[in-house]
Amino acid sequence: MQKYQKLFLIILATFMLILLTACGSSSTSTNSGGQSETSIEDETSGEVIQAKIGVISYLSGAGAAYGEAITQGLKLAQKEINEKGEVNIELVIEDSAGEAEQAVNAGQKLMADDSILAIIGPTLSTEFFAVAPEADLNGITIMGTSTTADGIPEIGDYVFRNSIPEALAIPAAMEKAVKRTGAKKVAIIYGNDDAFTKAGFEVMKRTAEEMGLEITTIETYQKGQSDYKAQLTKIKNTNPDLVLASALYNEGAVIIDQARKMGITVPFVGGNGFNSPQVIEIAGDAANGLIVGTPYFGDSTDPKIVEFNKKYEEEYGKKPDQFAAQAYDALYIYADALKRAGTGEDRDAFRDALAETKDFEGILGLFSFNEVGDVVMDVTVVEIKDGKFVEFEE
Amino acid sequence: MLIEQLINGITLGSIYAIVALGFTLVFGVLGIINMAHGEIFMVGAFIGVLTTSVLGWPLWLAFLASIVVTSLLGYLLEIFSLRPLRGKKGVSHLAPLISTIGVSIFLENLSHHMFGAGNKPFRTAFAEIRFEIGSITIYLVQITIFVISVILMVGLSVWLSKTKAGKALRATAENLETASILGVDTKKIITLTVIIASGMGGIAGILVGMAFNSVSPQMGLSMGLKGLAIIILGGMGNVKGAMVGGLILGLSETLLVAYGDSGYRDAIAFIMIILILLIRPQGIFGSKTAEGR
Repeated sequence: MQKYQKLFLIILATFMLILLTACGSSSTSTNSGGQSETSIEDETSGEVIQAKIGVISYLSGAGAAYGEAITQGLKLAQKEINEKGEVNIELVIEDSAGEAEQAVNAGQKLMADDSILAIIGPTLSTEFFAVAPEADLNGITIMGTSTTADGIPEIGDYVFRNSIPEALAIPAAMEKAVKRTGAKKVAIIYGNDDAFTKAGFEVMKRTAEEMGLEITTIETYQKGQSDYKAQLTKIKNTNPDLVLASALYNEGAVIIDQARKMGITVPFVGGNGFNSPQVIEIAGDAANGLIVGTPYFGDSTDPKIVEFNKKYEEEYGKKPDQFAAQAYDALYIYADALKRAGTGEDRDAFRDALAETKDFEGILGLFSFNEVGDVVMDVTVVEIKDGKFVEFEE
Repeated sequence: MLIEQLINGITLGSIYAIVALGFTLVFGVLGIINMAHGEIFMVGAFIGVLTTSVLGWPLWLAFLASIVVTSLLGYLLEIFSLRPLRGKKGVSHLAPLISTIGVSIFLENLSHHMFGAGNKPFRTAFAEIRFEIGSITIYLVQITIFVISVILMVGLSVWLSKTKAGKALRATAENLETASILGVDTKKIITLTVIIASGMGGIAGILVGMAFNSVSPQMGLSMGLKGLAIIILGGMGNVKGAMVGGLILGLSETLLVAYGDSGYRDAIAFIMIILILLIRPQGIFGSKTAEGR
């Protein structure tokens, strides 16, 4: 008998809770606690816009370092934004473990929660391709901070990104390299069993053709290979003025090392995948003369970046990377849109405000969205000189 | 161009040959494919990185350390994953194969955990020494690799045919029970075989590190598969076959890249297997009577 009584009480309590939350969300307050409703409403009806942002990130598994950098960048931005007091952002962070399936689950959870205004993430392009269509269908804004594959913003009206696609980074690097060296002949090497490096290769080939460069040879390699000498000997014998390499840094560093040993001294131009301090660590002096296009250059003397580096290091005890910087900027872009939307409740109003983002001044430079929600911004071109990344000078 | 590519091919082929020697030795005696051999090779390479780059030891000491560690691994492999399965009733003859696959997964993940996922550089001054003849650059490492592989092959052949231990090993390979009745300590011989094979894997690992300056936990898998292809090509359990097969594969891979399409590089090993299995199933140097086991 007592058992039933208990059950009845639980059901009653649940009903009351549902009623309470219903009350909460129908009013303008973002806080669903019933008791203090009036006092909070007074506050929010002032200037502070309350918003809950969902985050899906790669927090466990092999690529957890990416997710860590991203969430740290976001949290740093959150802290600063909230301190300024114009908007108050709450982050709801979910782990995707680098799996498309888990990313979708996390996404559904966030989308089903009506108090979540918009989503940031997931980390990988493959995850993003799984989650974004659903977000678009549900009418919730989603923005990638680390997704560089082709066709991401084209998924739908509610889909954005602030990470520079390869189609922007590679041509910028190639143009500058060709301008300085006066190169006429280029050789290309790329990994033909990876979607990312293959996409980079397409961009390289297209750009080379557009620029009227002669492609002396196109060589490929596969994952897990450690001997690139045959391909490189072939490249060497065609005497190119530049070598375009669409590779992830792991293989890329070994390729450039073997190339230098073989006597290929011309500069290498790479995509974003090649942009990592690890290249210098693996290849050492051989890495000199690598030119890459990147959205973020950590050693820049730009005061905004210097300050960001300082704040990040104070908070987390290490230097931020490109992923942290992009995430940091992403939250600021969201905050900016929030201010213009004027409310943290209306998903559609937020989407429209975000799409209007123009010449936003972030640490990565002036940032705008084009009509499909892709990035419009200047690319920084860097090169490795004397064992470190420096800004490319013409 | 051709000469440079030939040098590239011979270097690669010599490394394949050393890896294949380890495979062929274990197969010859135990009649099983040691799937963990590629990973033992990888551990050998990592020991090389650790001793030269991190601890700053001289190269000869690195070689020694690598051989010692991989030999020890070979011993542990025999004790824990091969011996318990040997000669037991009801144990499938595939069981040791599966058990070595388990060891290979374990070793790969262990080094993934210990050394991280990426490529590690292998820096020694020795790898920088080179000669230039006209437009051709030859590295001392490339010559060393070839010489070491020839020494290992000749040494192994002589040891197998001339010494008492070698004869005992061949007797064991011929028939385990008979050899045991005739007074050969087969347990010891088998352990010795696995240890020698693993030590050779260690040598190959350190040579790859020097030649290509890239060591990663995943390198064992592709090398292991190539080694497997080579012993099928050269003839299972045949020392000369491993050497010749290794060189053939290394050269054909390199020349395919040089004069054909680099995308088919990895396919060539497996096309060769298909052809050899159709035309001469026992391998180039294999004898037809190898079926007896």
